[in-house]
Amino acid sequence: MIEPQKMQALADRMAEVRGRSPWADARRRFLRNRAAMAGMAILILVALFAAFGDRIAVWSNEELDFSVMGQIATLGAPSLDNGHYFGTDDLGRDLFARTVQGTQVSLLVGIVGAGIAVIVGTIYGAVAGYAGGRTDQVMMRAVDILMSVPYMFVLILLLVMFGRSMSMLFLGIGLISWLDMSRIVRGQTLSLKHREFIEAARATGVPAWRIIARHIVPNLLGVVAVYATLLVPLMILTESFISFLGLGVQEPLTSWGALISEGAGTMGYGTLWQLVFPLFFFVVTLFGFFFVGDGLRDALDPKDR
Amino acid sequence: MAMFILRRLAVAIPTLLALIVLSFLLMHMAPGGPFTQERALPPQVLANLNAKYGLDDPLWRQIWNYVHGIVVHFDFGPSFVYPDRTVNQLIAAGFPVTLTYGTLAFAAAVIVGVTLGTIAAIRHNTWLDYLAVGVSIGAQVLPNFVMAPLLVLVLTLWMGWLPGGGWSFSDPSFWIMPVIALSTSYMASIARITRSSMLEVLGGNHIRTARAKGMPERRVILRHALRPAMLPVISYLGPVFVSMITGSVVIDIYFSTGGIGKAFVDSALNRDYAVMMGVTILVGALTILFNLLVDILYAWIDPRIRY
Amino acid sequence: MTKLFAPTALIVALSLPAHAVQPAEGETLADSQTYTYWLLDAIKSLDPAKNTDVEGSDVLRQLFEGLMNEDATGAMVPGVAETHQESEDGLTYTFTLRDAKWSNGDPVTAGDFVYAWRRVVNPDTASEYAWFLELMNVANATRIIAGELPPDQLGVRAIDDRTLEVTLSTRTPYFLKTLSHATTFPVPQAVVERLGDAWTQPGNLVGNGAFVLESHNLGVDITLAKNPEYWDAANVALDTVRGVTVNDNNVALTRYLAGELDRVQIPAGQYPRLSQDYPDQAVSIPYACSYAYVFNLSDKGPEALKDVRVRQALSLGLNRDIIVDQVLQGGQKPAYSWTHWAIEGFQSPDADIAGMTQPERTEKAAALLAEAGYGPDSPLALTLQYNTDENHKKLAIAAQQFWKPLGVNITLNNVEWKVHTDRMQSQDFDMARYAWCADYNEASPFLDWFRTDGYNSGKWSNAEYDALMAHSKTAPDTAPLYKRAEEILAEEVPAVFVYHYAKVDMLNPAIKGIPTQNVTNSWYAKGLYRIAE
Repeated sequence: MIEPQKMQALADRMAEVRGRSPWADARRRFLRNRAAMAGMAILILVALFAAFGDRIAVWSNEELDFSVMGQIATLGAPSLDNGHYFGTDDLGRDLFARTVQGTQVSLLVGIVGAGIAVIVGTIYGAVAGYAGGRTDQVMMRAVDILMSVPYMFVLILLLVMFGRSMSMLFLGIGLISWLDMSRIVRGQTLSLKHREFIEAARATGVPAWRIIARHIVPNLLGVVAVYATLLVPLMILTESFISFLGLGVQEPLTSWGALISEGAGTMGYGTLWQLVFPLFFFVVTLFGFFFVGDGLRDALDPKDR
Repeated sequence: MAMFILRRLAVAIPTLLALIVLSFLLMHMAPGGPFTQERALPPQVLANLNAKYGLDDPLWRQIWNYVHGIVVHFDFGPSFVYPDRTVNQLIAAGFPVTLTYGTLAFAAAVIVGVTLGTIAAIRHNTWLDYLAVGVSIGAQVLPNFVMAPLLVLVLTLWMGWLPGGGWSFSDPSFWIMPVIALSTSYMASIARITRSSMLEVLGGNHIRTARAKGMPERRVILRHALRPAMLPVISYLGPVFVSMITGSVVIDIYFSTGGIGKAFVDSALNRDYAVMMGVTILVGALTILFNLLVDILYAWIDPRIRY
Repeated sequence: MTKLFAPTALIVALSLPAHAVQPAEGETLADSQTYTYWLLDAIKSLDPAKNTDVEGSDVLRQLFEGLMNEDATGAMVPGVAETHQESEDGLTYTFTLRDAKWSNGDPVTAGDFVYAWRRVVNPDTASEYAWFLELMNVANATRIIAGELPPDQLGVRAIDDRTLEVTLSTRTPYFLKTLSHATTFPVPQAVVERLGDAWTQPGNLVGNGAFVLESHNLGVDITLAKNPEYWDAANVALDTVRGVTVNDNNVALTRYLAGELDRVQIPAGQYPRLSQDYPDQAVSIPYACSYAYVFNLSDKGPEALKDVRVRQALSLGLNRDIIVDQVLQGGQKPAYSWTHWAIEGFQSPDADIAGMTQPERTEKAAALLAEAGYGPDSPLALTLQYNTDENHKKLAIAAQQFWKPLGVNITLNNVEWKVHTDRMQSQDFDMARYAWCADYNEASPFLDWFRTDGYNSGKWSNAEYDALMAHSKTAPDTAPLYKRAEEILAEEVPAVFVYHYAKVDMLNPAIKGIPTQNVTNSWYAKGLYRIAE
């Protein structure tokens, strides 16, 4: 869902305007974009919810409330009196606390996954582009090959093989989507490589990694930012699918995907709150990321409107 | 162009081989085997089973035999978990199902998505635009494992309109819910891409010229705007088709369609090595094919692109 | 809860012949005699020698008929064998077969049974259920499976077309009860040899059961039609039996409510609501399976669990009443023994734990743990492993919370089934969820599990227990032996027994003849009929 053309256009522009900061203009445009600002507000609220929700919660995310257990449909409904603001799950665990905790996990998976993808993609692309020649050929051919691997299959295999853990999830999810990023970065590196300021740096003996870090990557920060913002919701969606398959995080930890999947199972049994609350947070957060990502892109690449 | 296609196909073969070896190794590294079961088999029975399926050979030999079987006999081996069937039979039974509802979902997603996106772009910044954007983001983020049971609840139990699951090639009423559940999120993505790409094209000089010459708006859109606006949509379509097939596991689980999405997940969980390999190769080959098709289509739409 | 179980002897005395399908007074048969039931997953194989699961057995029982059948209470009644004789020493059984036909019109002969049984033990077949003939103690089965003897040395022979003789290696009191198991069904030699692995496909499959295979879409549905060649076809009411696969239990229930299925399992926790809303449809039947958390007592297991006080404390601390009444809520019973309570002749062991209240148990658990040196101040850390499943997850979470106040910190480890099984069998766990079902209505399938040479993946070992179980194989009265064995289990606690299963289903009231008193839940579609509503 992240369109490579747009990213390429954005990357081109970011490279063009080197020397004159595009950021001030962009900030102005971004602040004027109502959808993006609404998205930003949503994300801030969700982040606050994830960070401080625990303080409001009356129950922990794993305690069983024996007073409602077994009669969830009648006694487990959302209530201010017994402290279950979002109701309880089928075992009588507090859904508010669990949603807070699921939010933490999902955001973490999304952000870390996207981070891994962006970092790997940037480094890989920059190295290939900067090295050039045969190395570049081989590295990009490898990307072509990897593009035709059915990733979801590999991810399932990895989780089956190494057992489920947070780190495997990060790694597996992150490994899915660095390929496009690496192509964009490589293209940009190629075009920047022969600019005077890079030539100058090289002539004065600056090591290659520092040239990449100091001169090439900063030219791509806009693309990286946009790419990462749009990648986070995709990572969260992927995680939810993995949770649905039962390969997600271990209990008592949970995630939006796990909560929604549980809630979807019981939607016909009069405990709709088990679906509605996690789904609400899931949906608004993804909305938020999409709005902010689109807004950022439009702000940085104003020819598109 | 022909050269380009040939080159791509030449790369496809080592790619598939690499995929085979990678999945084979991953599979065999996973704990448990196809015959690991609740009542541990007596060692002799297990030995008989391993001998029958060639699992007592060294790994390189198994891979070799496997690839050899495919290349020479187009034989993907026997299923270990469904002993009555071969992998060829399982795929022959499941793939047409997945392909049927997958293709329909794909077509639905493209047609509705493009239409919705175009309308939103033409009516930019009107309530219609906002509605289309809101609905499509909503549809995009609603997981299909929520959508699927919801459809059964509403359309089967409450309305009684459609069968709640199963599959028949002759009765389209079985196709509707799988197609809806599978296509919505892609439909939404396509609508969003179309909208933003259309907006960009409509702002271009040639459109302004066409309009200035007094060309009817309908013609401007259909003749001049749609084609260039399709480019980003098309590059999105290759991966979509494949991820529809991967994502079809949810459809297979909720609607009992008997497609290959579930066959893959089951085979990975059951360690049904041959089935898992067969489906991986199939999806890998499809991925390569669709990426290639997209590139060709791309060159056809945009003559500036040369390979 | 309805009263489900009368004393078994009484039921046997009253039971009707299994094949008599007649609507009771005031019932009229529906015009359309179909029965559609729910399958959780695809049926793996329709070959009796290769089938390994319950769903497969359910279909095979309709497509084929073994020497014996089970009636509605689980008692053995004649199948293909009209009569049988047991020799003095109990080592030879002679069966006289009835005049039955295969669905292609060929006669069912003793030779078909001989061929089928040899095929099961033949290493070339590589049957995953070859061990079943070892369990039956058919002479030479073990050595044939090991490849030491040719299959024709198996202790089964056809004296003539209608007379089958089985030789056992040792006296086996439960032998007749094994004869309704799918692994023992005959197969048509000519068809199998002609078609090879493809013989079970629709159009090819030839059976001797009351139904024939009409179609089979793997993972979608399977349709059986009445077999006109069946010897008792006149008494078969149903025309069509359909098994429909729905992988999601909740969706399956939705489809039942929409009238697409006649029988479906009720998801955990929904029985009270459904039995209130549909009192004539929600049923709970005891099912001969038991659920446990097995302790790893091997060298690789944690040191703390080797202390019997710790094990006792964990058993005492688990609030089974809450698990049964508030989590599962489907008529399951708390387990204080390994043998399912409804097994024929079961006598519950004299175990204190069953008679105590939960506060008493918890108090005692805390005391035992303190004696062993653990408590809230010096917590005991253990891992509980379970395989991916909504219900296992719920119970494990509950267990974790029950043990937490005692100072036992449980880490939950959810792994997929293959990994779970693999780790259990290689003793790579602390505590693991386990369940075991009886293949026939007797205590020994349960109790044999804990023998030193049993499946016993926790590697608990007790000489007295082994001796008791060995003795029980030939003893005329096994009840006291089994009771003593259960007492040893209760003292030694090699596992925490959690609950005894019940089969909790929604059942269309128009379908009659479903057995509700057979604890192995075997059912025969030939005994069912649909009444007009």
